[in-house]
Amino acid sequence: MMRALMLSAAALAFALPAAAQDVAIVNATLVIGDGSAPIEGGSVIVRGGKVVAAGDGVVVPAGMERIDAEGHYVTPGIVAAFSRVGLTEVDAVGGTNDRSAPRTRFSAGLDIAPALNPMGSPIAVNRAAGVTRAIVAPGGSSNLFAGQGAVVDLADDMDMVTRPRALQFVAFGEAGSAKAGGSRAATFLLFREQLLAARSYARNPAVLAEWGNDAMIQRADADALVRVIDGATPLFVRVDRAADIVNVLKLKQDFPALKLVLVGATEGWMVAREIAAAKVPVLVSPLTDLPGSFERLGATQSNAGRMKAAGIDVAVGVFDDDDAHKMGYATQYAGNLVGLTKMPGASGLSWDQAFASISSAPARAVGMDGQIGSLRPGRAGDVVIWDKDPLELGSRPTAIWIDGKRQSLTTRQDRLRDRYADPVEGALPNAYDW
Amino acid sequence: MRRGLKGGLLAAVSLAFAGCAAAGQDAKPASDAPPPAEKKAERFSKDPYPSTYHAYPGRVTAVRGVTVFDGEGGRIDNGTVVLAEGKVASVGGADLPIPADAAVVDGTGKYLTPGVIDVHSHLGDYPTPSVDAHDDGNEATSPTTPEVWVEHSVWPQDPGFTRALANGGITTLQILPGSANLIGGRSVVLKNVPARTVQGMKFPGATYGLKMACGENPKRVYGGKGRMPSTRMGNFAVDRATWAKAAAYKKKLDEGKAVDRDLAMETLAGVLSGEILVHNHCYRADEMALVIDMSHEFGYKVTAFHHAVEAYKIADLLEKEGICAAMWADWWGFKMEAYDSVPENIALVNRAGACTIVHSDDENQIQRLNQEAAKALAAGRRMGMQISDEQAWTWLSYNPAKALGIADRTGSLKPGKMADAVLWNGNPFSAYTRPEKVWIDGALLFDAMDPKRRPVSDFELGQPGEGDVK
Repeated sequence: MMRALMLSAAALAFALPAAAQDVAIVNATLVIGDGSAPIEGGSVIVRGGKVVAAGDGVVVPAGMERIDAEGHYVTPGIVAAFSRVGLTEVDAVGGTNDRSAPRTRFSAGLDIAPALNPMGSPIAVNRAAGVTRAIVAPGGSSNLFAGQGAVVDLADDMDMVTRPRALQFVAFGEAGSAKAGGSRAATFLLFREQLLAARSYARNPAVLAEWGNDAMIQRADADALVRVIDGATPLFVRVDRAADIVNVLKLKQDFPALKLVLVGATEGWMVAREIAAAKVPVLVSPLTDLPGSFERLGATQSNAGRMKAAGIDVAVGVFDDDDAHKMGYATQYAGNLVGLTKMPGASGLSWDQAFASISSAPARAVGMDGQIGSLRPGRAGDVVIWDKDPLELGSRPTAIWIDGKRQSLTTRQDRLRDRYADPVEGALPNAYDW
Repeated sequence: MRRGLKGGLLAAVSLAFAGCAAAGQDAKPASDAPPPAEKKAERFSKDPYPSTYHAYPGRVTAVRGVTVFDGEGGRIDNGTVVLAEGKVASVGGADLPIPADAAVVDGTGKYLTPGVIDVHSHLGDYPTPSVDAHDDGNEATSPTTPEVWVEHSVWPQDPGFTRALANGGITTLQILPGSANLIGGRSVVLKNVPARTVQGMKFPGATYGLKMACGENPKRVYGGKGRMPSTRMGNFAVDRATWAKAAAYKKKLDEGKAVDRDLAMETLAGVLSGEILVHNHCYRADEMALVIDMSHEFGYKVTAFHHAVEAYKIADLLEKEGICAAMWADWWGFKMEAYDSVPENIALVNRAGACTIVHSDDENQIQRLNQEAAKALAAGRRMGMQISDEQAWTWLSYNPAKALGIADRTGSLKPGKMADAVLWNGNPFSAYTRPEKVWIDGALLFDAMDPKRRPVSDFELGQPGEGDVK
């Protein structure tokens, strides 16, 4: 039985179509992912790699492949809101770990796109948990700015980058202080001076030569920061302390076109009014509830719910514990936020809001909700059929499409499991069992 | 500086110790003139930092109409459980008599379980805020430090204890030294009650454990310092040399010979005589098998392998040896020895009949060990295993209690055992469920319905978020 299981998995891998297939998934508990309620008996039609229709009363074109979901949940793929997936295989094995570049002379100009490994085993493991896209940010450089992240897909192919240079990342707070020279004052000044330097460079590239070895930034950094100043590249800012959040929001006074996205915002609930007024979206790792540092004293799992109630666009990610291997925790975390709505005094999210917080909300934060993150027409054909409520513990996809292409759900972990389903060796060692 | 202090202490105390004294006897001052050998056994307490924990006041409570997981694999639908005088008084169905003076809790739609027990926590020795000043889990100045006792590091004001109580229903936990060292020191078992002192949390009469570690951490830490061990074979060589020394020390004790007091050897002799339980951090299957042989070589027993990411590869061996595996549901990829993790690990160990435990090693996941178990359960069921919810609860209370040597007192809802219990507002294997009430020895120490029945540590008093729902 074990061998049959493995053969079928292998056969499936080879049988996967190379191109997008047009497909209609019918009879679903259909989740659009935009915060609307699930539609019983709904259908979604994917043609040419994109969603063309989703809802009830959708007519399936004649001749199109038709898959009966038998009432199971059908959703857009999960969008990992803030991750390092693709940048690391084994964290403690340096050669496989491209999260950070602590010894480079470059900073904002770094572009993670060529560091991504679409063949890495975390891609398949996260995909098998229902994650189809991810916002990937660099961890850090030797300087204040970490560099440019990307939006990626988790398909089983070599073409991983959906949008390169989709964001610039910078950490304020304690982490920023450590980079900037030891204080928050240094962080804010360095931030401002680097942007001003980039602007000077944009107006007159000759200034770089004048600065010489004293230049705070390199040419590539200046190019990248000009796009941040112009608002062409969203600036993702890791920040947790309430006072730091308020000061980060004030950066727009000097640089009004900045497109800020707050990452973490552990004490965001304490300044929710200010964040909402600034219309800045927030990515949270929502179960952070301990004062891990003095900039997180106000940590509570009700943070996401309180900010949402204040009118803030809140997306949920997995980044205070593992940000590369366990993106599938997004569904668990979202489910926990639903559970909080039953607790006296606590704030959480409705199921519909919770699902949107891990699909369309992160897509919107990075400015791509027109392309990914929901099953509204025109979005990428990233569709998941689940075995049960996707926010429940242990729920798993039974089928996944990315850009309309059916994906393998088999992981290296599955192969190990099957090899050791009976650990006792037979006539030959387990090594012959593959 | 710490090493100097320890050295000074060892030089000053040169007295006899016998390995056969009963635990819990009173400490007596050391004498400069050692009495005859046979009386030396009374000179040193094995419990010099005794528990001052006492059960807090509770009232007779009956939970009725509730689904009960008894922690030993049993289930009662529409059940009734009576807690009285700090103990589980009775467990039964809808017809179970309820004492007239009982506070009655309607458990309709809710679940009552034994309190969750985490065998692997660093609350208190790596507390939050995780500032350098709080870095008290690894005495990483020598690869073998059996002389350290983690209770001397535990900070009772760690806010993590309160989160584990309120969000995780944790009623008992073992605090371990870290894994930098091959032999990291003694563990301590705590009742998860707020207290001024660690003694006020110590589980009365609980067995001590010894933290050991194999694999990457010790060889990385000491290889990085340019000293042994720097390889896995170095790990074993240092371990074996240490056990050989301990065996010689114990032999002297057994023969009634005078020995200098040696805190390290006292602990290891305690392991060799079976009084102290070995909790061994180990990931890889092949290394666990080698550790098992080492334990045979020197005559001790490994009580539990912790992390045991590859336990599924040797589940049969663990079952045969009677060794527990304490595991995560799905942690993987953070280092090489965690590369072969599979989500079915816990279920596969359970299926082999070995003692199966879900552990946290983490201040966040200790708040939802029930959810970790649920994921492992789902993975097993997907593989075709038939595991009931109530069987899976053994991974969270009874099996960890066994690994800590306290299963006769807690870990299941059986009459006469400690009234350590959690009322969940739904099935505890659902993401939508939270603890509603938590009792420890019959005292209601968390109640989601009562904002004041939620502990606030000294550290959080007067800070942003004091008393918040968390």
